[in-house]
Amino acid sequence: MPRTEIVLTVDGEERAVTVDNRTTLLDALRERLAVTAPKKGCDHGQCGSCTVLLDGRRHLTCLTLAVAQDGAEVTTAAGLGTEDSSHGLHPMQQAFLDHDGYQCGYCTPGQICSAVGVIEEAKQGHPSHVTEDLEDDVDLTDLDEEEIRERMSGNLCRCGAYAGILAAVGEVAAS
Amino acid sequence: MKELTYLRPADATAAVAAVAGDPHAVFLGGGTNLVDHLKLGVATPDTVVDVHRLPLTTVATYDDDHGGGLRIDTNVRNSDLGAHPVVRSRWPVVARALLAGASGQIRNQATTGGNLLQRTRCVYFQDTTTPCNKREPGSGCSAVEGYGRYNAILGTSPECVATHPSDLAVGLACVDARVVVLGPDGERTIAFEDFHRLPGHHPERDTTLEHGELITAVELPGAGAAPHSTYYKARDRASYAFALVSVAAALTLEDGQISDVRIAWGGVAHKPWRARVAERNLLGQPFSEDVVRAAAAEELEAAETTDENAFKVPMVRNATALALGRLAREQGVTR
Repeated sequence: MPRTEIVLTVDGEERAVTVDNRTTLLDALRERLAVTAPKKGCDHGQCGSCTVLLDGRRHLTCLTLAVAQDGAEVTTAAGLGTEDSSHGLHPMQQAFLDHDGYQCGYCTPGQICSAVGVIEEAKQGHPSHVTEDLEDDVDLTDLDEEEIRERMSGNLCRCGAYAGILAAVGEVAAS
Repeated sequence: MKELTYLRPADATAAVAAVAGDPHAVFLGGGTNLVDHLKLGVATPDTVVDVHRLPLTTVATYDDDHGGGLRIDTNVRNSDLGAHPVVRSRWPVVARALLAGASGQIRNQATTGGNLLQRTRCVYFQDTTTPCNKREPGSGCSAVEGYGRYNAILGTSPECVATHPSDLAVGLACVDARVVVLGPDGERTIAFEDFHRLPGHHPERDTTLEHGELITAVELPGAGAAPHSTYYKARDRASYAFALVSVAAALTLEDGQISDVRIAWGGVAHKPWRARVAERNLLGQPFSEDVVRAAAAEELEAAETTDENAFKVPMVRNATALALGRLAREQGVTR
């Protein structure tokens, strides 16, 4: 069985692991490294619950082979908080708490990583499908409800906590 | 999933040699489609040759003395290309097509060349328990008499009614892009209309690429720049869904008359469908949405439909009028 040793930095910690080449990054994290923040929902790139930040950008872990990400820096929802923030929570995590941005919580780690990615992309001036004029500069102040809905469309929530999620992302965008 | 040998060659030439020399090897780009197909058993290679880290990540602009075009290296991510200021201002149809596709996460992962090589989302192609000529030549087509909402209406063959799923490809067809390819015998450039193919008797072949040929870049000729261009996508959800139909359109008006028009349709055929008949009929005409509808209707006379996909004919006709109507209003014409 062809196997490869890879090194991943997961939530700041360097982890070496030998994987069967067929292993997805999601399975390597969950089954081999016991990093269970990213969730396996559909396993086909349709639900977004396996989203992490990969080298700083939001990324699915179910549609990439672990071996192809050798050397990558992975930040999961569990690794977002910092010790100097309130209760060790990232502002997006706090906003999800404050606005009831979840019910069962299964999609939440992926939602939060995706939302952090949305904020970063807007800071970098990325437009979206609903951006009216592509020649206009884009920044955080453009993240109205329509923009947030569009930019978060890769994350499904079967409980339907979208209203709370929308409020949480909107609050962080405005702060 | 079958056992896999994984290779990560140091450069494009070595990657091409690795795949060209092994009929059971495939390139791995961003992986958003291939990794899914590995899991589903739709793709069964012995070896994947990872090209997604090759340093082909530049978007180069050429000044007017050198054609004024753009060269997009294959590993430029869909999100970065959609956000590129030059693409947004000079080829907005390309930026709009990218932004209409997939989700934020997938656009961060997906590459320029890989996007063009994604395979149909026909449900039977992805279901290995059913016959499909594209997946298994000669096994039959389940879609012809099956679930047909996404089936093609133009350029089909009795063997295949699949549609090409890419939004970006429709945008590129509209702006006369070129695909730069590296093969074992060197580099060649393929006009975009010649890159994807109609199914004919070989629906297993989506493109005119030979095994082992690697897309290294996509070029946008300066002459194809289209400041008045846009992409309209009709789908079952407001976001994150494949097109039922889509329209990439570019329009230039002079004194209210159409001096340049380019139209490509998605969701209607095995490849992005350049609506040449409609374009010819529109050139030189005074602009109105009714004229556009009539021209689109002529292009659609060749359409073959069933009860399940007949809706695509009026949908793409009206979407074309809507898209070109927007572009006319940008230029001060309202009819």
